[in-house]
Amino acid sequence: MAEAMQQDKPLPVGSEGKRSGGWWGVLALIVTEGSLFGYLLFTYFYLASQTEQHWPPEGLPALAVPGMNTLILLSSSVFVWACERCIKYRQLRWSLASMALAFILGVCFVVIQLNEWSKKTYDMTSDLYGSLYFTITGFHLLHVVVGLIILLMLLLWIALGYFDDRRYAAVTIGGLYWHFVDVVWLFVFTTLYLSPYLY
Amino acid sequence: MTDAAESSPNLNLTRVPEVGCAPIGSAAEMHLAHLWESAPGWRGWLSTVDHKEIGLRYLVTAFIFLLMGGIEALIMRLQLARPDQTLLTPEQYSQLFTMHGVTMIFLYSLPILSGFSNYLWPLMLGSRDMAFPRLNALSYWVFLFAGIFLYASFPLGEAPNAGWFNYVPFAGLEYNTGPNIDVYALGMVLLGISTTVGAINFVVTLFRMRAPGMSIDRVPILVWGTLTASVANIFAIPSVSLAFFLLWLDRQTGTHFFDVVNGGKPLLWQHLFWMFGHPWVYAVVLPAMGIVSDALPTFCRRPLVGYSAVALSTMATMLLGFGVWIHHMFAAGLPTLALSFFGAASMVISIPSAVAVFAWIATIWLGRPVFNTPFLFFAGFVILFVIGGLSGVMTAAVPLDFQLNETYFIVAHLHYVLLGINVFPVVGGIYYWFPKFFGRMMNETLGKWSFWVMFIGFNAGFFPMHLAGLLGMPRRIYTYAPNMGWSTVNMVTSVGSFVFAAGILLFLVNVVISLKRGALAAPNPWDAPTLEWAMPSPPPAYNFAVIPFVASRHPLWEDRLDEGAGRSSLDQGYLLMEGRETIGTTPLDAIPDIILKMPEDSYTPFFLGLFSALAFTGLLLHWGGFTVLMALACSLSLIAWMWPRKALVQRVPDIKQNTGAVHG
Ligand code: HEM
Ligand SMILES: [Cu+2]
Repeated sequence: MAEAMQQDKPLPVGSEGKRSGGWWGVLALIVTEGSLFGYLLFTYFYLASQTEQHWPPEGLPALAVPGMNTLILLSSSVFVWACERCIKYRQLRWSLASMALAFILGVCFVVIQLNEWSKKTYDMTSDLYGSLYFTITGFHLLHVVVGLIILLMLLLWIALGYFDDRRYAAVTIGGLYWHFVDVVWLFVFTTLYLSPYLY
Repeated sequence: MTDAAESSPNLNLTRVPEVGCAPIGSAAEMHLAHLWESAPGWRGWLSTVDHKEIGLRYLVTAFIFLLMGGIEALIMRLQLARPDQTLLTPEQYSQLFTMHGVTMIFLYSLPILSGFSNYLWPLMLGSRDMAFPRLNALSYWVFLFAGIFLYASFPLGEAPNAGWFNYVPFAGLEYNTGPNIDVYALGMVLLGISTTVGAINFVVTLFRMRAPGMSIDRVPILVWGTLTASVANIFAIPSVSLAFFLLWLDRQTGTHFFDVVNGGKPLLWQHLFWMFGHPWVYAVVLPAMGIVSDALPTFCRRPLVGYSAVALSTMATMLLGFGVWIHHMFAAGLPTLALSFFGAASMVISIPSAVAVFAWIATIWLGRPVFNTPFLFFAGFVILFVIGGLSGVMTAAVPLDFQLNETYFIVAHLHYVLLGINVFPVVGGIYYWFPKFFGRMMNETLGKWSFWVMFIGFNAGFFPMHLAGLLGMPRRIYTYAPNMGWSTVNMVTSVGSFVFAAGILLFLVNVVISLKRGALAAPNPWDAPTLEWAMPSPPPAYNFAVIPFVASRHPLWEDRLDEGAGRSSLDQGYLLMEGRETIGTTPLDAIPDIILKMPEDSYTPFFLGLFSALAFTGLLLHWGGFTVLMALACSLSLIAWMWPRKALVQRVPDIKQNTGAVHG
């Protein structure tokens, strides 16, 4: 048996891309956080289906600004992806620029979202819809902020020259988390902004 | 480790793992010990990430919670022993049964199993540690702090008092103005963090950390049980954390999720709670069933009958378990069709459990049982499992449930399930692995006594509860009138409870005596088949001097079983000693895939755990500024934790500066 298992092929050492523990760990984290948002949206639909109130109380939500904001968030994902490619092809300058852009786009999303919040005529406590709206978008915004801190750290580490095409697992892992935050937004957006148009 | 890296820089990124031997006392073995041992004294104590140390801490802490919950139960049984007693006020009784339930369900029954799995997994799987050793330490610290947090309001007489499933509206602000429910809500969110990171650690460990050759069909059943429980937790914990968080929002910020007046729905609480709650019940029994499936065969001197069937039924139970939460709400006024569907599903779920029972019985039947203490506990478990299962199937029948819901029949059922399927295997498991944990055997005579006292006391105490239930005694009442006809059963129950407690006490005495004076244990005192018995008792810090190659399900029984083609290799294997290292393998076939760099001991998990507990304390006490400060401290700890390090080859090794100190 020992002979059969004998290795002559060299193995990578340390945190190598998708073979690293961190990659698997963040996948599991995404599953559990994804469930969290699943339960949040379940809560929304459950309460919406049972309510006797006018839903949403304000009337149908306007789509222009949130729609644009969605595009902004998605494009930031594209730049995170591009950043990773650039490292892989040893374009460190470009990767730095790409990550910086992704970060700025993410910040834009937060600013616009906060502005949306301030325009609402209701808050968390005014009615059931308000509780749901602010809790769900609040949860998501919190994830965006955490994601932005991650992007900022990655930016710093790339600038410090920590990564090159041989080792950059942190970018892969942090990037995946950012993609997750963006995909979740699509679900949140569909639930809060699009689904009211269906009934 | 700096030296090794310097002398040949390209070894940093790829290398062929060296195969060799490292017998005890050899230079290689001493080097390994030096690499893996924690610092002595309090520093090592606070910073250790050794899964064995963490596992033992889990076991001890959870057992202390069992004792605390037990004392609460005994006080309740004193109150209920005779009618019209005044030992406790109704409010005190409510707090006691709530804290008893919370303690047993959340602070004892899963953490104790995490203790076993933390200790045993790497040893059974042939690894030097879990996938994320620091995360492992974090999950322990957060568990400890969450436990303390949940008890914080107990001495003030303001403990949670709405039952462990904490139904609204009773748990809402209107009926419960004190801090009790807020403590429960925040404490559960905190505990959820611990459980989640622990579960993630188990899942990744299973997929990545098995010894070469230990393909997925060769792992012990305990591993299957804990894996299934962990996957379930990853999906289910967010539900309960969210429920408690929304409740806290309702209470503290005035949102309306459960607020009937403003369109909120109390039933939402029940859905969120039981979507979590039912899988949780399986999470606290499946690993315990795994303990039996692994340890019972040792005492029957033959492999488990139907390994694949048992492994599959473990997963099937959980899969079905996600679909039956409604059976806790039969009496809540749901559509009849839903009731029939979930009633049927709840009956179906007894099929996979039956498979496991038959496998154990067949193993005993076809084997040559050795009747020592662990065997008694496992055999006793099988009997209790059957009784608990029967009463469970009864309540899955919707009409019967209408009758029995909220009576002592339910109390009897849940104790048969939880004590039978959790406590008995756990105590049996401690008798079984004690020699591995501490290098000493436990006393057999005292062991047998403790079993019989526990077993008799348990049945005397809890079987009559079925009767009390059929006689119509509701649960959660603090006393009853003498003319109800419940006096005798309650007296018997109370006496039985104390006998059971005496059994636990005997077990504890045995532990203390054996720790001091038990016979020294050989590496494999029970002549067991699995990998954890291949190393000295207790195991060295690095677990395996060489990473073994595994060729079968029972590496230590290969000579007599003749199962597979080849033979496992335990003395010769990968050396991996340039720093803390172990091998990562592919998820299914366990083919070597990567040389993993494992982290050194670190204080970060302790501080991250502490800061998050303090942040929750700030939330509880409405100290806004303090909470923000602690959240900041948490972020900084996390950044320090995640900072890419050369020693772990998370960033490119800088060859120019390699003569300097290694960073981090
Ligand atoms: C010495 C052993 C034990 C005794 C004497 C005991 C006794 C009791 C009593 C008297 C109650 C309250 C019944 C009522 O008023 O409705 C209770 C409830 C409960 N017990 Fe135990 N128990 C013991 C061990 C355990 C263990 C080991 C577990 C779990 C692992 C457990 C889980 C529960 C739960 C979940 C409840 C329900 C609490 C609630 O109604 O919210 N018990 N037990
Ligand atoms: Cu259930």
